[in-house]
Amino acid sequence: MEDFAALLDALVYTTSRNRKLALIADYLRRAPDPDRGWALAGLTGGLDFPAVKSSTVRNLMMERIDPVLWTLSRDFVGDTAETASLLWPEPEDAAPQPDLSLTEVVERLSALTRATAPQELATLFDRLDAKGRYALIKLATGGMRVGVSARLAKTAFAQAFEVAVEEVEEYWHALYPPYAELFDWATGAAPAPDLANVPRFRPFMLAHPLEEAEVDMAEYAAEWKWDGIRVQLVRAGGETRIYSRSGDDISATFPELLDVLVVDAVLDGELLVRGSTQGGEAGGAASFNALQQRLGRKTVSGKMLREYPAFVRLYDILLLEGTDWREAPWKSRRATLESLMERLPDSHFDLSALVEAEDFAQLAAIRETARDEAIEGLMLKHRESPYVAGRKVGHWFKWKRDPLLVDCVVMYAQRGSGKRSSFYSDYTFGCWDGDPDAGAELLPVGKAYSGFTDAELKKLDKFVRQNTLNRFGPVREVKRELVFEVAFDSVHTSKRHKSGLAMRFPRIHRIRWDKPAHEADRIEGLRALIKD
Amino acid sequence: MTAPFSWIRPEPWGIHVVPADVWVDPSRPVPRALVTHGHADHARGGHGETIATPATLAIMHLRYNTNEGAVPAEYGERVTLGGGVSATFLPAGHVLGSAQILLEHAGERVIITGDYKRSADPTCAPFAVTPCDIFITEATFGLPVFTHPPIVEEIGKLLKSLTDDPESCVLVGAYALGKAQRVIAELRAAGHHETIWLHGAMEAMCRLYEEHGVTLGDLRLVSDAPSKEAMRGSIVIAPPSALNDRWSRRLPDPVTAMASGWMRVRQRARQRGVELPLVISDHADWNELTQTIGEVNPHETWITHGREEALLRWCQLNQRRARALALVGYEDEDD
Repeated sequence: MEDFAALLDALVYTTSRNRKLALIADYLRRAPDPDRGWALAGLTGGLDFPAVKSSTVRNLMMERIDPVLWTLSRDFVGDTAETASLLWPEPEDAAPQPDLSLTEVVERLSALTRATAPQELATLFDRLDAKGRYALIKLATGGMRVGVSARLAKTAFAQAFEVAVEEVEEYWHALYPPYAELFDWATGAAPAPDLANVPRFRPFMLAHPLEEAEVDMAEYAAEWKWDGIRVQLVRAGGETRIYSRSGDDISATFPELLDVLVVDAVLDGELLVRGSTQGGEAGGAASFNALQQRLGRKTVSGKMLREYPAFVRLYDILLLEGTDWREAPWKSRRATLESLMERLPDSHFDLSALVEAEDFAQLAAIRETARDEAIEGLMLKHRESPYVAGRKVGHWFKWKRDPLLVDCVVMYAQRGSGKRSSFYSDYTFGCWDGDPDAGAELLPVGKAYSGFTDAELKKLDKFVRQNTLNRFGPVREVKRELVFEVAFDSVHTSKRHKSGLAMRFPRIHRIRWDKPAHEADRIEGLRALIKD
Repeated sequence: MTAPFSWIRPEPWGIHVVPADVWVDPSRPVPRALVTHGHADHARGGHGETIATPATLAIMHLRYNTNEGAVPAEYGERVTLGGGVSATFLPAGHVLGSAQILLEHAGERVIITGDYKRSADPTCAPFAVTPCDIFITEATFGLPVFTHPPIVEEIGKLLKSLTDDPESCVLVGAYALGKAQRVIAELRAAGHHETIWLHGAMEAMCRLYEEHGVTLGDLRLVSDAPSKEAMRGSIVIAPPSALNDRWSRRLPDPVTAMASGWMRVRQRARQRGVELPLVISDHADWNELTQTIGEVNPHETWITHGREEALLRWCQLNQRRARALALVGYEDEDD
C-alpha cells in the first residue's frame, strides 16, 4: 500500500504527461501480482466498493473530532478524503505493523457491508499513515483525480512491458481487474488470452487531414463526415457493447441499440440522433447539439429515448461471424457491409452513403455544399486500404468544410501548463453585443489556446503583461485592444454562456495586430450562423 | 482605576498601547511603533520611531534604506515606554531577530507573539515560553490539518529529488527573509555543501544573515551562472512569485518545489504548479499553537490573524477564554 500511495502522491504533483507515464510504468514493472493489477484498476476507475461512501468517511471522522473543527478543515482543504487522511487521530505508541498489500486492502474493502464498513475502515486507517489513508479513501470511494485517463494508464502499461498499446486496448475491455491474463501476456508468462466470445473493443482506424493535397478519385472513395460520435458496435457471445473512440464502454447510455444487432460482428459507424439538420430530410440526422443531450448519462429516461432516438450510420466492418476483415481492402469490406445491411433493422441502422464524384474538382464543388447541409465535411478512403489501428498516412483523409471566421477581441488570458507554464497562452475572447461606438459591451464567445507559433506566443505573452487590467489568480483581464481572427467549425446555442452561444473547435487563425478593437464582429453576426 | 487591560486596544491597523501611545506592528505610519519582526506586513516603513531588536532594525534598514528613528532593544532588555508601560522583547523563533513583545502596565502582563514557531531553527533564537495574563497569538496555520513534519524529512525529500534526477535542477520557492536562509542552513546541516544558486532578490538578505553569524556556505547568483548547464543537478532558490514566471526560463529543466506550510494541502500545491511540495514553515502549526497556549496558560487568549475561528473553537472546547481580533493587512499567502 505504501508503494501505491507514493505513486498516487507523485501523480498528483506531476503535470508532465511523460513523467506521469514513466511513474506508472515504473510502478507496474516493480509491483508484484496481483497488486499492480488492482492499482491499474484503481487508476482507471475500474473498482467499485458500494459499501463505502464519502459520507461513511465523514461520519467516521465526526465521531473522533469536533464537528466544527472538521467542517472548518474540510472547507479549507476542499476534499473529504484528504481532510480525513490528515485529521485521523493516529493511535499513540502503536507498534509498527508490516505494510498492508494493495491486494489485502482491496479484499478487505470488497468484503465490507454498510454495517461493517465503519469499524473496518477505522482499523485500516490506524494501520496507515496520512498518504496511505488518502490512497485508501480514494480507492474506496472512487474518483482518483490524479489526472490519469484510462488511455494514459494503458499507454503506461504498454510502455512498461514494451507491447503495442493497440493490443493492450484489444484485451483490456474483455478482462476484469486485476487483469491477470493481461499481465501474464505482457510479461511473456502466457500466450495472449482467448477472447473469441467476448464483445471487446478494437482500436479505431483514424484519418489524417487532407490539407492542400489532391487525390485521384479512381483510387479513393468519398463519404460524408457526419457530425455525431464515432462508435464501435460489437456483438459476441450473445452480448452487444458500444464503445466510444477512446474505448470507453458506453452501452448503458444507448440501451436501444443493444438488442438490435443480431449478427456476431464488429462495426464502425457514427452514432447520431434522428432529425433533419444534417443533410436535410434525406440526411436524416439531428445536429451534434441534439446528440449531446444523450451523452454522458448512466441511465436514460423513456422521454429521452423518444425525443432523441439514436441510430448508427455505418462506415465499416471489422469482423463478421468469425471472419476478421481488417486485412482486406476497403472495397471488399464495403461490399461485405452493404450485403450485411439487409440483415440489420433500418430502425437503428443505415449505411453511410458514398458521395459520387467524377473527379477531384467535382468533389471539391460538392464539399462546398457541406456548410449549408450542416455536415462536417468529407472523408476520403483509399479503396485498397486495410483497416489498421491509428492514423496511417495515405489510407484515410478527412476533408472538413472550410472553417468559419470571426474577428474577436481578447478579454482574458490564462497561463498555460507544462511547456507553456510561464506564458499566457489560453485566451478568452468576445464579440460586441451591439455598436461599440454607442457603448456596446464585449461578451465572451469562446476560448482558444492554439493556432499560433512560438514566436507569436512570446509576443502575445508580452502583450498580456503590458496590458493587464486585473488579476484573478492565474487569469489576467486585459485591455480590449487586440483582435484575433478566430476560426471555428460551427456555432450552437448554449445556456451556459452569457452570449447564448458556443463555438465548436475554435482556434486562432490570425492575430490582427493591425485591426482596431471596435471593428471586431458583433454577436448578432455569430448568432446568424447557428444551425441547431 | 480603569477596567483591566483597557490600556491595550486592538484596532484594525494594529494594537494600540494607549498610556504610552505606541503601536505594535501597525499597518500604517505612526509616531512610535514596536515591531516584532522584519516581514514587510509587520514591519512597515515611515514610523517616527521604531523600537525593535537590532537584527529586525538591520532588516528594515536594508529594506527601506533608512534607519531614521531606529531604537534597538536587545532580547530580555526591559524598555520603558512612558505612561507606566514597559516592553520586553523575547525570542519568537520565527526568523532572525523575531520577537514576542511582553508589555507590562500596572501589574498586568500582555504578550504579543507576532509570528512564531516552536520547532528548532538554526538561523534564529528559540521561542521563550513566558507567563502572562493576556496572550495575543497569531493563527496562520490555525486548523488541525496543519501539522508540519520534522524539517529533516522535508530536506531529505529535496535532496532525494536532486539525486533521483541529476539532469534537472530543483527550483525551491521560499520567502526571501527567513525561509530561504533556514532551508539553506538545514541543507548544509544535512551535508549538502555544493553551490546553491540564488535569485537576485535573495542576495542581500543572505548576506545580512551571514553578518549576523548564520553561515550559509557557497551561494551564487543565477545571473552569474556561466551557463544553464552549470546549474544542472543543483538547488536554486527564488521567491515564490518567480516560480512560474519568465525568470525561471533560464534554468535547466527545473523541478518546481515550494517550501511552505500550505504545501500540506495537495490542492494548494497543485494550484501553484508545485511538483515537489516541501512542508516547511516558520509559523507554529496547529499542535504548536495549542501546546503554546497550554504552556503559557494565560488568563485570556486573543487571536490576531490567520484561521482564528478554529483556534477560537479549540479554546472554547478547552474552557479557555478567548477572542478573535480583526486585524487587517497581515499576509500569509506565501509562507
